[in-house]
Amino acid sequence: VVDRTLRGQAALVGVADAASPTGELDRTGRALEVAVIAEALDDAGLAIGDVDGICYAGTTGMATLGLAEYLGLSPRWTDGTNVGGSSYQVHVEHAAAAIAAGLCDVVVGVYASTPRRDRKRGGGGRRPVPAGPDPRQEFELPYGLMMPMGAYALSASRHMHAFGTTSEQLAEIAVSTRAWAALNPRARYQDPITVDDVLASPMQASPLHLLDCCLVTDGAGAFVMTSAERARDLARPPVAVLGAATCHDHLAISAMPDLTTTAGAVSGPNAFAMAGVKPADVDLLMGYDSFTITALLHLEDLGFCEKGEGGAFVEGGRTAPGGSLPMNTNGGGLSYTHPGMYGMFLLVEAVRQLRGECGPRQVEGAEVAVAHGSGGVLSAMATVVLGTEATR
Amino acid sequence: MTGEPTRFEPPVSDDTEPFWDATRERRLVLQWCTRCERAVFHPRAACPRCLGDHLEWRPSAGRGRVHAASVQHRPGNPFMAGRVPYVVALVDLDDGVRMMTNVVDCDPGDVTIDMPVEVTWEPLPDGRHLPLFAPAGRAGGGAPR
Repeated sequence: VVDRTLRGQAALVGVADAASPTGELDRTGRALEVAVIAEALDDAGLAIGDVDGICYAGTTGMATLGLAEYLGLSPRWTDGTNVGGSSYQVHVEHAAAAIAAGLCDVVVGVYASTPRRDRKRGGGGRRPVPAGPDPRQEFELPYGLMMPMGAYALSASRHMHAFGTTSEQLAEIAVSTRAWAALNPRARYQDPITVDDVLASPMQASPLHLLDCCLVTDGAGAFVMTSAERARDLARPPVAVLGAATCHDHLAISAMPDLTTTAGAVSGPNAFAMAGVKPADVDLLMGYDSFTITALLHLEDLGFCEKGEGGAFVEGGRTAPGGSLPMNTNGGGLSYTHPGMYGMFLLVEAVRQLRGECGPRQVEGAEVAVAHGSGGVLSAMATVVLGTEATR
Repeated sequence: MTGEPTRFEPPVSDDTEPFWDATRERRLVLQWCTRCERAVFHPRAACPRCLGDHLEWRPSAGRGRVHAASVQHRPGNPFMAGRVPYVVALVDLDDGVRMMTNVVDCDPGDVTIDMPVEVTWEPLPDGRHLPLFAPAGRAGGGAPR
């Protein structure tokens, strides 16, 4: 039984993100985090002194402590959850619950990562092997699976075998997403591509080609949340959190219970039930697209089509501008930006679409948007259903 | 017994030591929960189904089928640089567990989903062996490659 009490109790009231067509940003680290936080607070019409809750998917222990100290905050609510790229959907879920319970009033979440700049400065490079006992080191790493794309390739290979999904169908997702990116002047890649372009791009981990894979760019984003009551008096139209749910079912890809069905088959229906909406009510889907197969699995697991029919669903530009289900309208992780944990950008774009701020890529009359994040290797799924004030 | 590493060298933990020790003799062993009567992989201290510690090591015939496969056209880590293209697969053993592996002794393009495979072994510098899989009937018995 899904508790509906969270529905509409909290709202996203400020957002910001940073990205560049060059794929690089000038600022890094805390300076970049502070910049997007300041912009999101300004967007909301709030000040840093209003903030009493913080969420941050840092990669070290006690990460929220360092961020709050830097910001001069003494938050009475803190969430350091890090489940990979979907951490920001989880943060919204947790923050909505905390606000509804009165644990805090104004929550800030932030993300910044600059892999391209870090690499140039010699400070970054590949992530180190995780410390401590980790079965992946013994039973996966020796076999040389390209990470992360190899894990997604295994899922795609199984999906193709089980359902007859084709490389052309996966490519349709990259093509449609690029068409959205062409409408976003900050997108890394804006030139149109064709299915043939995707298939002609170098094979990475079969069946995934280079253009089936997300970008590696610098980027940052932040959001501000508060109660529905307080949201009414702020600078922008509030965007209500109508539903939110999480589920994760593995860490290692070899432990994924079913390579063709993600935990989104749990988080999606639960979030939709809380929101009281059906897939047909959704005006746009921001579905984490680390790879084309990732987005295809979301369409099935969230119920936009039946399991196994994702390939046919995306044909004919159904998720492209002018299609019946606008998906990843900022150009996605495939063509807009992808600094590593992309989920923050799903929220920022969904909020802007529901406020009607998206210019040439605006989905006309958008009332309900879904931001669905994926963390790890198809591991941690978190679904946030957002709506305009009229839907609350 | 030791030499230059030829792979990312798998560490050994308390729970997995019997698994790796058996590979010195090119034997594939799996944990079984004697209460659930199910094989457990990766090795661990408790059955993930009942959380009991009624676990014993049993030999596996090392036969199964390819559940999913991907040809790597770039090396997943520096040790694999000289091997591209190569196949990383998930193999479902007849024992009922799934493990990651490489499918070897055939052209990478010939590996298909559901094809039957059997274990073969690649020596590691410390005397252990890494379990790999080859098309059924094709395994060379673990001759150094």
